[in-house]
Amino acid sequence: MSTHTNTYPQGDAFNASLKTRYRVATIWQFAFLSALLIAILALTALLYNVVDGAFGYVAYDYKKDPATFTPIPVNELTKEDLLVILKENLSSGAYNKLENEQKLETRTQGELYTLFLERLVQIDTKATWSMTDSLFRSAEIRAEAAEKYPDAQLEFRSWLTPQFLTTPMSSKAEFAGVRTAVLGSLWLVGIAILFALPVGVGAAIYLQEYAPKNWLTNIIQTNINNLAGVPSIVYGMLGLAVFVRTMEALTSGSAFGVTDSNGRTVLSAGLTMGILVLPLIIINAQEAIKAVPDSLRQAAFGVGATRWQTVWYHVLPNALPGILTGSILAISRALGETAPLIVVGASTFISLDPNGPFSKFTALPIQIYQWTTRPQSEFHAIAASAIIVLLVLLLTLNATAILLRNRFQRKW
Amino acid sequence: MENNNYAIETNDLSIHYGKFTAVKNVSMKVERKKITAIIGPSGCGKSTLLRAFNRMNDFVPSCHVTGELMLQGQNLYSRDVDPVEVRRKIGMVFQKPNPFPKSIYENIAWGARINGFKGKMDELVEQSLRAAALWDEVKDKLQQSAYALSGGQQQRLCIARTIAIQPEIILMDEPASALDPISTLRIEELMQELKQNYTIIIVTHNMQQAARASDYTAMMMIDDQRAGGVIEFDVTKTIFTRPKDKRTEDYVTGRFG
Ligand SMILES: Nc1ncnc2c1ncn2[C@@H]1O[C@H](COP(=O)(O)OP(=O)(O)OP(=O)(O)O)[C@@H](O)[C@H]1O
Ligand SMILES: [Mg+2]
Repeated sequence: MSTHTNTYPQGDAFNASLKTRYRVATIWQFAFLSALLIAILALTALLYNVVDGAFGYVAYDYKKDPATFTPIPVNELTKEDLLVILKENLSSGAYNKLENEQKLETRTQGELYTLFLERLVQIDTKATWSMTDSLFRSAEIRAEAAEKYPDAQLEFRSWLTPQFLTTPMSSKAEFAGVRTAVLGSLWLVGIAILFALPVGVGAAIYLQEYAPKNWLTNIIQTNINNLAGVPSIVYGMLGLAVFVRTMEALTSGSAFGVTDSNGRTVLSAGLTMGILVLPLIIINAQEAIKAVPDSLRQAAFGVGATRWQTVWYHVLPNALPGILTGSILAISRALGETAPLIVVGASTFISLDPNGPFSKFTALPIQIYQWTTRPQSEFHAIAASAIIVLLVLLLTLNATAILLRNRFQRKW
Repeated sequence: MENNNYAIETNDLSIHYGKFTAVKNVSMKVERKKITAIIGPSGCGKSTLLRAFNRMNDFVPSCHVTGELMLQGQNLYSRDVDPVEVRRKIGMVFQKPNPFPKSIYENIAWGARINGFKGKMDELVEQSLRAAALWDEVKDKLQQSAYALSGGQQQRLCIARTIAIQPEIILMDEPASALDPISTLRIEELMQELKQNYTIIIVTHNMQQAARASDYTAMMMIDDQRAGGVIEFDVTKTIFTRPKDKRTEDYVTGRFG
């Protein structure tokens, strides 16, 4: 025993070495904490930046005074008043066009009021201010607005309104909405899921449970891993070449009797997005399948199950929460992708809802990109609002992932 | 075929992982409705040999088997034999209890169902649980999770699950190694009851268990190429009292290594 005692530090020497160990530990702990703080800071800055643009003061003016249309103050106009005003003041061509889209009597007061502002008094935004400025420099903003735009009214507004969600694209920022873009994005994601989920999970099952481990499967696996890192624009080019051009007869719907379309449809784009997320779905599903313990497979084989029964009754149900979570996270990448959509030809100005796989479409990121490139500041404000909508959609998707996981993760 | 007393016979059975021979030239005859213990130091290939008996080694890609494993005159490794059928006839209980993450009832019913069981499921579940000496403990909570059972109960559930598919042979790989002495004894008692109807082959590190519970004992040991082999196979009593091989004597008396 005594021969061993000198091998380790004792007494003061031990305490000294312990102190050094604690010091190193503290330094590392601090480093990790800083890393976390930096991450939180970056995310907060991002969120703040977006929210900052979506709310704030706006100075606006009417091209025509509302009083020339009605003696009633604008905020007291009823639906009936508005119907009369619109009928009297719109050109008959414009009026009939609106009637054709949707009978005016069936529209809500809010919609009619919007029409009134858009078509008749023609609201004209002079300037917008960010939320921070509006909150902390409101006096200066008032002075500035009064000086530069003496006729304009100043109002604190949220650019993100219920109408913003339900109205289609418009060339005037004040009346533009994200309805078309949101629907387009949902179509895209839906088609991507329909394509990529079964194919991806199927491939993952084959690779994990059936494929022999040899050089060929190794090559395939490596390629899948690498494909997950290929820049998205490359998938866009692939989609353009394969879905838009080569398979145009199918993706435009002309093979099914649709005549007024080319290959730049929501179907082509959805499939492109599907291919884009496919490697991610495969990898995630493989991980989920790998996490199912082998003892469970052995238990199933041990009572005389075939490989298929083992996979279907035990491996898949146990991997399902992981597969779903992984897939949804992969899909949410598709929701935010812009580059491939530009390549496969998303429309930049479209106000018709996508109504089928062969529709033309636009998507939220495209819309946001479009609006941010405009010089007028009101477009930046609605771009910020659209970003919030996109973020909420993403959050919803991720929350669904968590809910699904908890729901299926019924641990026995 | 020549002797119906044998449940299973091996002739020069060797098991290789890639180029490495883990078990070499095992020839043994396992008697019907008896308990045969396989003992030997760690890494000598006991589990490997046991898994070869019901072709569980098929799932190890590098593993291949040479020689013969005869069940009722048929080589289980010949091409026309379906491994699923082999595992249906030769059930296995694993070292770590591995119930399905399902209810107790379903743990037993599943194997029966996929094998096309046509009788009354409730009866089968009860019979199997009774045979595994678990019925009284779980009869009121059949629909509860099997994971809520204790380790020993889980292991008996796994035995019940194996009995339910009515195999001819039951393989057990250290079934009591994770259990306390009382649960271990219960499993041993259970084996004595089961041998009325089944042939049991058990791997164990517990010498007393082998001596107490088994009728025959196979002693395994590695040679200088690290390949395991059966160096002595005899009636348990003989192995423990008058072993022929010096290494067996050292091992069973605890003087090994
Ligand atoms: N899947 C495998 N792949 C490669 N070699 C293996 C594999 N399983 C076991 N071996 C090797 O085969 C030899 C025998 O292993 P085995 O598990 O059969 O020993 P054992 O007698 O059951 O040991 P223990 O008593 O520790 O369980 C060991 O050398 C082991 O390393
Ligand atoms: Mg073992």
